[in-house]
Amino acid sequence: MRRLLLALGLSLFALAAAAGTAVPAVADPVLEARVLKLSEVLRCLVCQNQSIAESNADLAQDLRAQVREQLGAGKSEDQVIDYMVARYGDFVLYEPPVRLSTVLLWAGPATLAVVGVGVLLMRLRRRNREAAPGLDDAQRARARALLDGKDDSGAQA
Amino acid sequence: MKAKFLVPLFLFLLLVLFLGFGLGLNPREVPSPLIDKPAPAFSLARLDDPARELGLADMKGQVFLLNVWASWCVACRQEHPVLVALAKQNAVPILGLNYKEVRGDGGIDMRKIPADQEVPMAIARAKQWLTEHGDPYDVTVLDIEGRVGIDFGVYGVPETFLIDKKGVIRYKHIGPVTPAALRDTILPKVAALNAEA
Repeated sequence: MRRLLLALGLSLFALAAAAGTAVPAVADPVLEARVLKLSEVLRCLVCQNQSIAESNADLAQDLRAQVREQLGAGKSEDQVIDYMVARYGDFVLYEPPVRLSTVLLWAGPATLAVVGVGVLLMRLRRRNREAAPGLDDAQRARARALLDGKDDSGAQA
Repeated sequence: MKAKFLVPLFLFLLLVLFLGFGLGLNPREVPSPLIDKPAPAFSLARLDDPARELGLADMKGQVFLLNVWASWCVACRQEHPVLVALAKQNAVPILGLNYKEVRGDGGIDMRKIPADQEVPMAIARAKQWLTEHGDPYDVTVLDIEGRVGIDFGVYGVPETFLIDKKGVIRYKHIGPVTPAALRDTILPKVAALNAEA
């Protein structure tokens, strides 16, 4: 047991060490944090399901360098985003802007959920109203017998 | 009562229709926001005479194609014969934008290349490639760092821009230019733009 714990601890330590090497040595950690934050909302156009923060494609590296350079030169996050959108279009934004053309995208899931729950409620209510008519006395007695385990007419399971 | 059974079938067919439509789309083709906007200004060293620069202003007054290429780009090799054939027709001038000739090549470790060697290396490689495969370009300019490429929203080589007499981007072709694209889309557009004042 102790050996297992030791192994576990060591492997965790190794993980931490590996993670440590991934952090680049930068002069300005504040700037780097801003670069990373902004890079996470910008889509890489080469590997389209990754942000430029995640992607190692050539273009993603170039765009990260652009982000770093422009933020470093004192531009705001919005200005950098405008710069990217002007060149690559809305597609470069991981979160598409709310526009007339994207209303369906934004409102679709919520609308579907509301409609779905509504239909379900309506059906459930109708089913309750149309519930099967009550049992007559003989059936009720038999049901009670079954539930009490005193039934002797049915086949034994 | 019968109609009720058809509802899931109808929904399914609708879904198939949407998915079928989606299959026909190419997610790689991201519409460029630069269409009908003035082409970004640039001034880059010419391949034939690196001491001189060529800018967008030098191309004003003529309809031309701007073709983004690099010797490491495999799809460029595919489209190249089409461009060479086009150049022979003299239908439209082609400006070559050589994009990140050295640093864009995945096979090159940039850490092993001295900074002052990148430009001469790019020139040698580009020239050799054009000698080997033919040179359809009126002029080729060198975008060593890929800056101009970013300004043009280039995200995959090859890309081809059609720019009108006023320097406005009118069309963008993503991926290798095919004879069909040339015949059906690009050349008719060139003719229409040439007819414009």
